[in-house]
Amino acid sequence: MRYMLLIYQKENEGPPPPEVAEQSMAAHRVLMEEAKKLGIFGGAEPLQPTSTATTLRTREGKRVILDGPFAETKEQLAGYYILDCKDLDEAIGWASRLPLRCGGGEGCVEIRPIRSMSLPSDEASQPPYASALNG
Amino acid sequence: MADPRALVESVFREESGRIIATLIRLSGSFDKAEEAMQEALISALGTWPEKGIPNNPGAWITAVAHRKLIDSVRKESIRTEKEDALLYETELSQRRNPAADEDTSMQYPDDRLRLMFTCCHPALNLDAQVALTLRTLGGLATPEIARAFLVPEPTMAQRLVRAKRKIQEARIPYEVPPPEKMPERLDAVMTVVYLVFNEGYSATSGSLLIRRELCQEAIRLARILEQLLPSEPELKGLLALMLLQDSRRETRVTEKGVLVTLEEQDRSRWDRNEIREGTRLVETALRQRRVGPYQLQAAIAAVHANAASSAETDWTEIAALYRELMSVAPTPVVALNHAVAVAMSEGIERGLSLIDELDKSGDLDHYYLFHAARADLLRRMGRQQEACSAYRSAIRLATNEVEQEYLKRRLVEVGGGAWVSG
Repeated sequence: MRYMLLIYQKENEGPPPPEVAEQSMAAHRVLMEEAKKLGIFGGAEPLQPTSTATTLRTREGKRVILDGPFAETKEQLAGYYILDCKDLDEAIGWASRLPLRCGGGEGCVEIRPIRSMSLPSDEASQPPYASALNG
Repeated sequence: MADPRALVESVFREESGRIIATLIRLSGSFDKAEEAMQEALISALGTWPEKGIPNNPGAWITAVAHRKLIDSVRKESIRTEKEDALLYETELSQRRNPAADEDTSMQYPDDRLRLMFTCCHPALNLDAQVALTLRTLGGLATPEIARAFLVPEPTMAQRLVRAKRKIQEARIPYEVPPPEKMPERLDAVMTVVYLVFNEGYSATSGSLLIRRELCQEAIRLARILEQLLPSEPELKGLLALMLLQDSRRETRVTEKGVLVTLEEQDRSRWDRNEIREGTRLVETALRQRRVGPYQLQAAIAAVHANAASSAETDWTEIAALYRELMSVAPTPVVALNHAVAVAMSEGIERGLSLIDELDKSGDLDHYYLFHAARADLLRRMGRQQEACSAYRSAIRLATNEVEQEYLKRRLVEVGGGAWVSG
């Protein structure tokens, strides 16, 4: 089962000291290498802060473009991993090794199983998918 | 022969946890397992009156349900190739049990431990853990669980559906955790079992019958766990604690629903068998020299249970055990109990000063037993005025009517007059 590990962190605490940031990056590199060697790595990337976020929302059938993140919460999505794990316990094991200091403060990791679905390319832009995504 | 329906019901009560645990392993699905078990029970109702009761009714039901699982996989596999793998696996395990009709020779391994750990997985919220444990391992029906926890039936049904779906879709493993995770995971399981017990023991609302059943169910679950993990002293401690508390069940409340304190309970009506078993268990556990909070609480309960009278209680021993408990589980409530034990062994004056020290932290200000204990000590010292005001605080904070009635009675005794609410 593929899991997405969503890393949430506080953003307002400023960048961490350089040595902390370097430690975090090193820890991430170790995890990614290990996951690649095991053949379970499905991608991992950090995100720019929510000050760069744009939200596209549908209101009364119309699309509205908004400046900012989907929700103003204390912790914001900061990056993700996709890993192919045997079960939830294995995914929890990986999540517990993720450094949470990249954003400089506390954080948490949300673990979500990825739904497998085949997306036929020629139908991808058809309305049913749009409503599914908005629903 | 006996009424087959009654027999099937009694087999179900005793064996359903073990049957469902095996069927979940075989099918990989809580829902399919439940369905297959239901069908097998119907088969039992049809077959047993004619052919007689099999020697091992539980294994008979498991075998029949197992065949039904294979049949349903076969039907599905016509549509989806993906199921072939499962069919193959299921047939393999079937071949290992060739004598499916001769129930005596059939052996299914006991899968209840893995079911227990899956139901009590920390990725499920505590309410869901409790409900799922009672539903699958306890074989309680959804309406029964709903009544026990005073929750509308549809809410409870939804809670169960959601929990089963999460196990399936997030793929919570169906296995006994590895040794390095065992202590943490076992704690979670014991929390659920003790919560079931306390729900039955302390609350006074809801049907008495269901509450009693919850206590028995918790004791039964702890017994299974203790048998399957005999090297865990805390499990023995938990079982002992529940047995020792349960031994006083009949004497805790009068027929009219009036609370009777430990001091005033009729000790001749305490359940001697439960006391003997609980005491023996806690002694065995303590010899393993891995002390934990359940063992210590059980040891305290054992000292109370084995005292011939309230006056002969070994309060020095109890104070020492509470001191030990404070070092492994330092909660304000434990500190309060320690202070009371000190009051009873070293002098009320000394206990009261410990309690007043706790008062400074403010942790217990909203806890009715804190005020009740303080009131009790003040009453014993003859400081009626202060006792009255402490009893009044306790009454305001107690949520349980039986406890409120008890406190109001005390208030009258110390000359505080009748309680006027508001």
